Amino acid sequence: MSPLQLLWFLLLAVLFIGFFVLEGFDFGVGMATRLLAKNEGERKQLVATIGPHWDGNEVWLITAGGAMFASYPLWYASLFSGFYILFFLVLVGLILRGVSFEFAAHAQSRSGRDIWRWALFVGSVIPPFLLGMIFTAIIQPLTIDGKMDIYASFGEQVNLLTIVGGVAVTLMCFMHGLNFIRLKTTGALRTRALAYNRVLIWVLYAGAVVFAILVYLSTDFFVKRPVSSAIIVGLIVLAIVCEHIAIVKNREGLSLIASGSALALVVVLIFNGLFPRVLIAKDAANSLLITQASASNLTLTIMTGVTVVLLPIALAYFIWAYVVFHKRVPELS
Amino acid sequence: MGASVLELARFQFAMTTVFHFFFVPFSIGMALVTAIMETMFVRTKKPLYKQMTLFWGKIFLLSFAVGVVTGIIQEFQFGMNWSNYSRFMGDIFGAPLAIEALLAFFMESTFIGLWMFTWDRFKPALHAAMIWLVWLGTTLSAIWILSANAFMQHPTGFAINQATGRVKLVDFGAVITNPQLWVEFPHVIFGAFTTAGFAVAGMAAWRLLKHDHEEFYLRSLRVGLIVGLVAVVGAIGVGDLQTQFIIKDQPMKFAATEGIYKNTKDPAAWTVVELIDSKNHTVSNQLDVPVLLSLLAYHKTSGAVKGMDQANAELQAKYGKDKDYYVPAKTLFWSFRVMSGGGVVLAIVAILGLWFSRAKKNTLSSKRWLLWLLGIALWVPFLINTCGWLITELGRYPWTVYGLYTIEDAISATTTAGQLWFSNIAYLLIFSLLGGVMVYFSHRNLVLGPDAPSTLNYGIDEITPLEGQPS
Ligand code: HDD
Ligand code: HEM
Ligand code: HEM
Repeated sequence: MSPLQLLWFLLLAVLFIGFFVLEGFDFGVGMATRLLAKNEGERKQLVATIGPHWDGNEVWLITAGGAMFASYPLWYASLFSGFYILFFLVLVGLILRGVSFEFAAHAQSRSGRDIWRWALFVGSVIPPFLLGMIFTAIIQPLTIDGKMDIYASFGEQVNLLTIVGGVAVTLMCFMHGLNFIRLKTTGALRTRALAYNRVLIWVLYAGAVVFAILVYLSTDFFVKRPVSSAIIVGLIVLAIVCEHIAIVKNREGLSLIASGSALALVVVLIFNGLFPRVLIAKDAANSLLITQASASNLTLTIMTGVTVVLLPIALAYFIWAYVVFHKRVPELS
Repeated sequence: MGASVLELARFQFAMTTVFHFFFVPFSIGMALVTAIMETMFVRTKKPLYKQMTLFWGKIFLLSFAVGVVTGIIQEFQFGMNWSNYSRFMGDIFGAPLAIEALLAFFMESTFIGLWMFTWDRFKPALHAAMIWLVWLGTTLSAIWILSANAFMQHPTGFAINQATGRVKLVDFGAVITNPQLWVEFPHVIFGAFTTAGFAVAGMAAWRLLKHDHEEFYLRSLRVGLIVGLVAVVGAIGVGDLQTQFIIKDQPMKFAATEGIYKNTKDPAAWTVVELIDSKNHTVSNQLDVPVLLSLLAYHKTSGAVKGMDQANAELQAKYGKDKDYYVPAKTLFWSFRVMSGGGVVLAIVAILGLWFSRAKKNTLSSKRWLLWLLGIALWVPFLINTCGWLITELGRYPWTVYGLYTIEDAISATTTAGQLWFSNIAYLLIFSLLGGVMVYFSHRNLVLGPDAPSTLNYGIDEITPLEGQPS
């Protein structure tokens, strides 16, 4: 394995972490438009917290997809064709969500606006759930043939671990969103979000335990990399504990950092367990390895140069946008 | 339900890219038009220009939203339906896509958020800078995705990896200085400005027919037509360069756009219309203009043009006699006539519109036929853009990557007809919904008029007037 291959495996993890941490809270805010908000004024207040940011957050997914295509084309090709229906449904979710903001603003009648507000909600639940399923499906052995094509059966895509994985990611995004709401709003929503946080944290503990057990049973993570996997699972639990403490002490920034870290660590667990493979086949000879799946050294070199120059610039204005909109959104009518 | 996986996947690609490309040129062009209007406000401080920015900006944002969501489909589609293509081309194709995201999509999405929500926070000049950056982002994004497309038309800077049979990058510089790219990009970008220019002018013309807010719509119409005229002339000029390029690079495509099977005489006559029998490779009922094709193709009064039959023989000699290399001649022939003819018509309509609305002697409002014409011209660029892409993409049949990789090889092995029927039907329904809602909202914005409260920040706050605007 060349250093560049390793670097790009890590960079992909970073991009997916960026996506789950950033888009994570805005999926959570989308869920809250139905689960937390009680009227249109509150829904508007919620939309205002992510209004300037949601598209930028989504670009992390687009970048991760593009970067995967560029650095690991064979991984990208097998993954996206192998989980056709799941990715298709993710797209449907992202489409509904993506147009909902603009369309709701233009709708004049109440019912018209409600349709697009519902689209936001549905579009905020489907993608995290299905991406959670996909990511937990690929850590289990899949039916892969000698041409790197994935013929995943229904049971390989929908099983206990993938369902728990989907639910866990969705729940983590919701918690993350609630933490974000507490940081970014004033008034009734902020108080109610805290009450939700206090209850849901217990569900999260339970979910984390079930998830850890299933990962132990259904994947080879604890066989191949017992020490690091155990440490990462421990860190996930620690992050949730910190989140709990921060919630109890009502430290809003800290809660958000903790829930973000938990999401990030799930991605780390997955990438750590996959390494040095990118896809795990039932017939071990067909597993796709980092060494086979990557682009040429020249492409990786160019991509590294480009990323070193462009990513910091993009991050600078990306963060600036958060600074510009650092104020809390007040209650709206 | 006899359609094969290949046919269904091709249908899906055609449907999704054509739909994406209704909104792409509209967004790129509307970003420019909106930026121009806001800059006019910053410089003149006239409230009218602020009002124009707020009004047309709404329509820009609608288009942008649909453009974004349909774009994500494009990116995923390469892996989902064309996984063998992605494996084959990954070394070259992924990089432009990733760079596009890092360079352009982050820029568009961040600055559009800033633009939408900082009306009353940023100084006017800084605020206008935000929309210019959005426009820059859309334009950069076009360069990068087109560099991938240009490679597929005219591969450069690569080698075939003997062990795997896949493409391997050897010269990145050659990929981004691909001569195909540098005729294709300006043509597409001028096409985009044309689209928005005529769309603004056309929508304004419909309102002028109703004598609604005459000063506002007249100003808008003139801004639209100036952008549209400059752009359409640019597109025609670059189109000529493209013609020069493909005549040498893809003679089959060129012969098909001109509907020529047998080599022409010298000098070559240009066929205005004809009937094509693509089964028997014959044409009939031609209406010819002598010498014009030589002029168009070589810029001189002599020179014969190669027909499809000879182009096919040459391709067979080069790539093997096991197949034919004819492309869908009827589609190409008529698409080319719609595109180039449409371009010329648009230029004339723009000149008429500008002439009759000139400040000294403005008689446009009384020229209802011209307003009607402008109103209809609103749809023409969308049609032209689609025709242009049909020429470019169908004209490289049977290749996905010219001379290297056929469409048949490109498809995913695992994708089934059932999956494709399901997704095709679902996309069709979703696109009808999105397109319908988009047209409906744009239309309603026009009816509500420029005085309606602005939804430019998702309707969250009223946008407070800046200096220069009476409150
Ligand atoms: C000539 C220009 C052009 C062409 C040929 C394409 N696009 Fe596009 N695309 C744009 C120009 C553009 C844009 C102007 O940048 C968009 C359209 C409207 C918009 O909002 O951004 C966009 C949006 C857009 C997005 C969403 C970006 C975001 O969230 O901000 C993605 C992922 C893609 N596109 C990907 C693609 C792919 C994979 C294509 C290949 C078939 C493609 N586009 C063709
Ligand atoms: C947005 C404008 C575009 C339009 C409207 C468009 C249109 C089309 C159409 C109609 C087809 C179907 C051709 C067929 O059935 O054989 C097609 C195929 C295809 N195009 Fe494009 N295209 C566009 C841009 C691009 C770009 C930018 C790329 C690559 C970067 C691209 C790559 C492909 C591929 C991979 C296929 C499928 C394989 C094939 O049929 O050749 N297209 N496109
Ligand atoms: C007389 C005028 C025109 C000529 C001679 C012309 C020529 C061409 C040619 C030769 C192609 C195919 C290029 C290829 O396959 O590589 C093309 C494609 C295209 N044209 Fe035109 N064109 C003209 C006007 C226009 C106008 C006015 C528009 C838009 C409003 C337009 C939009 C497009 C688009 C979007 C494509 C596909 C992308 C590309 O390959 O550039 N064209 N044009």
